[in-house]
Amino acid sequence: MAKMKGAIVIDTTRCKGCVLCVEACPQKVIALAGKVNVHGYPYVEAVKQENCIGCASCGIVCPDGCITVYRKRVEE
Amino acid sequence: MAEGKVNDLSLANEGTKEVVLMKGNEAIARAAIRCGVDGYFGYPITPQSEVIETLAELKPWETTGMQVVQAESELASIYMVYGAAGAGKRAMTSSSSPGVALMQEGITYMAGAELPGVFVNVQRGGPGLGTIQPSQGDYFQATRGGGNGDYNVIVLAPASVQEMADFVDLAFELAFKYRNPAMILSDGVIGQMMEKVVLPPYKPRRTDEEIIRDCPWASTGKKKGQTRRVITSLELKPEEMEKRNLALQEKYRKIKDNEVRFETQQCDDADYVIVAFGSAARIGEKAIEIAREEGLKVGLFRPITLWPFPEKEIAALAKGKKGILVAEINAGQMVQDVRLAINGAVPVEQFGRLGGIVPEPEEIVNALKTKLM
Amino acid sequence: MEAKDIISAENLVYKKPTLLNDNNMHYCPGCSHGVVHKLVAEVIEEMGMEEKAIGVSPVGCAVFAYNYIDIDWQEAAHGRAPAIATGIKRMWPDRLVFTYQGDGDLACIGTCETIHALNRGENIVIIFVNNAIYGMTGGQMAPTTLIGQKTSTCPYGRDPQLHGYPLKMADIAAGLEGTCYVTRQSVESVASILKAKKALKKAFQASMDGKGSSLVEFVSTCNSGWKLTPSKANEWMKENMFPFYPKGDLKDTTEK
Repeated sequence: MAKMKGAIVIDTTRCKGCVLCVEACPQKVIALAGKVNVHGYPYVEAVKQENCIGCASCGIVCPDGCITVYRKRVEE
Repeated sequence: MAEGKVNDLSLANEGTKEVVLMKGNEAIARAAIRCGVDGYFGYPITPQSEVIETLAELKPWETTGMQVVQAESELASIYMVYGAAGAGKRAMTSSSSPGVALMQEGITYMAGAELPGVFVNVQRGGPGLGTIQPSQGDYFQATRGGGNGDYNVIVLAPASVQEMADFVDLAFELAFKYRNPAMILSDGVIGQMMEKVVLPPYKPRRTDEEIIRDCPWASTGKKKGQTRRVITSLELKPEEMEKRNLALQEKYRKIKDNEVRFETQQCDDADYVIVAFGSAARIGEKAIEIAREEGLKVGLFRPITLWPFPEKEIAALAKGKKGILVAEINAGQMVQDVRLAINGAVPVEQFGRLGGIVPEPEEIVNALKTKLM
Repeated sequence: MEAKDIISAENLVYKKPTLLNDNNMHYCPGCSHGVVHKLVAEVIEEMGMEEKAIGVSPVGCAVFAYNYIDIDWQEAAHGRAPAIATGIKRMWPDRLVFTYQGDGDLACIGTCETIHALNRGENIVIIFVNNAIYGMTGGQMAPTTLIGQKTSTCPYGRDPQLHGYPLKMADIAAGLEGTCYVTRQSVESVASILKAKKALKKAFQASMDGKGSSLVEFVSTCNSGWKLTPSKANEWMKENMFPFYPKGDLKDTTEK
């Protein structure tokens, strides 16, 4: 049984912590990191990368183009 | 004019030096087509609507490919010129005093973005909506800059229909040489009067490749590997903005050093000199004729560039003269620049009429006598 | 299977478009401008028009759009972008020419230029980011501010007696002969973003096909001006802006 597994890379310097990606994600992969970046913005990180299905909702809604999304079909 | 004749003149006359009779406004339009202008964007206003009317009749978009657009306002017109000039094309507009007042924002934006747009002001009486009769009341607006900030536009003042025709190409040459807006400051007399003119020879519009090559600063579409071009007058960092402004000032110094144009008549032996531009200079020519007939030694100094103003030349001229009369059709504008140039060495007086009234030559002679003798 | 096993070029599903450069954008966190910029960059890239696109940026929050999308740009005076775009497109008819404007720029000071460029059928696309407020200058009332909506110049809510009514520019545009495509879109969800991208591509293609002018309105948020979080701003937009500025195509004659 195959399923899609995803992985995301977040550019935390571009991130402004708007958390629209957190809300868009159906898998609760992303959360605020509790830290700020060099610009003073709180940024997000992938806290549950293993849940990611690579739907790219986060990347699509991100206003700053911070998120790169990968996806691979994996046999169980 | 019969239609056949109108179309004949648009690209005819090449090298034949055929002399034709036409209005100043018409000469602007025909010269624009002949000197390879790419686009005219304008709005009707008296006394210069013949410019766009002539272009509309001649349909240059079918011959040279020159675009002619009647814009929705003078505001829109000047910004169409901004866009076209920002893309490296020869673009122009024309208007009269109240319309040019509207354009001031666009002009300062073009000066700030360093764009080679050309605009024509066929002056009429003001202030405000004013009158449709001629005046020279926009000298300050033209030379001091009616928009915001430290900038100058090159100002050419034609005094004949021939100069209306010749100055279109000259304005574009200067505009592109210095990447600066240039204006032709005319008035209702020159715009409306009919005189003999030899139209300039036909010069084809530049090709896209020539423009891309000659105007690397223009927004023509960024090729791979190039840095994008941004046509803008905005710079929020004060240190950078100061640098930009200093560069502009340096450019203006170069223009002042190299582009002053003027004409003198019978000044060498004169005791008194009339300084006048545009139609006032034509009246001044007759005035010095009348004065000389009365035994008075009077000459005429005609600035052709109002900016850069021929200050050194006027200062040199004034030496040994008994007085200078500035004859201009306004309440006293160019006289300020003459006074600054002469710096108190010799008495300077001004004569002008207002409200759209054009003075008679005798009035100028009388003013000379009463104010300076 | 770990993340590092998935992260490789052949597994790439989504990334920031290359035409959107690496400059950090100055917009507020969650601002719709960022998403619209991404779509503009993506569509130009997908159409292969990188070397032929010339944008005209407004006065407003997006004044610095030219710092982010890597094409040639001209900066317009407030409201005058459609006139500038007319000048450019008339001179270079084979270029992709578009304006990018906010509600103050397009529907207030620039109303005349907007209507006339659209009505002349200039082959340009006017991109309209409508968030019912003047963001850049600190949150004043805009011509598209809703009745009852509070801004710094109508702190008790927009009142028709004092402030007149909001303008529906897309409806005006749809009634003009010169327009070929007028649409309202939004960018708050994946579904709406994908629809919006299709609409933008249609408009850009129509301009290159010489079909006339297009107005693509993006009903947007301004979480700073509205004093809401980005996600609350999306909610407010859905509840209040969408009913007044309904989404969809108001005019489409591009097939003709």
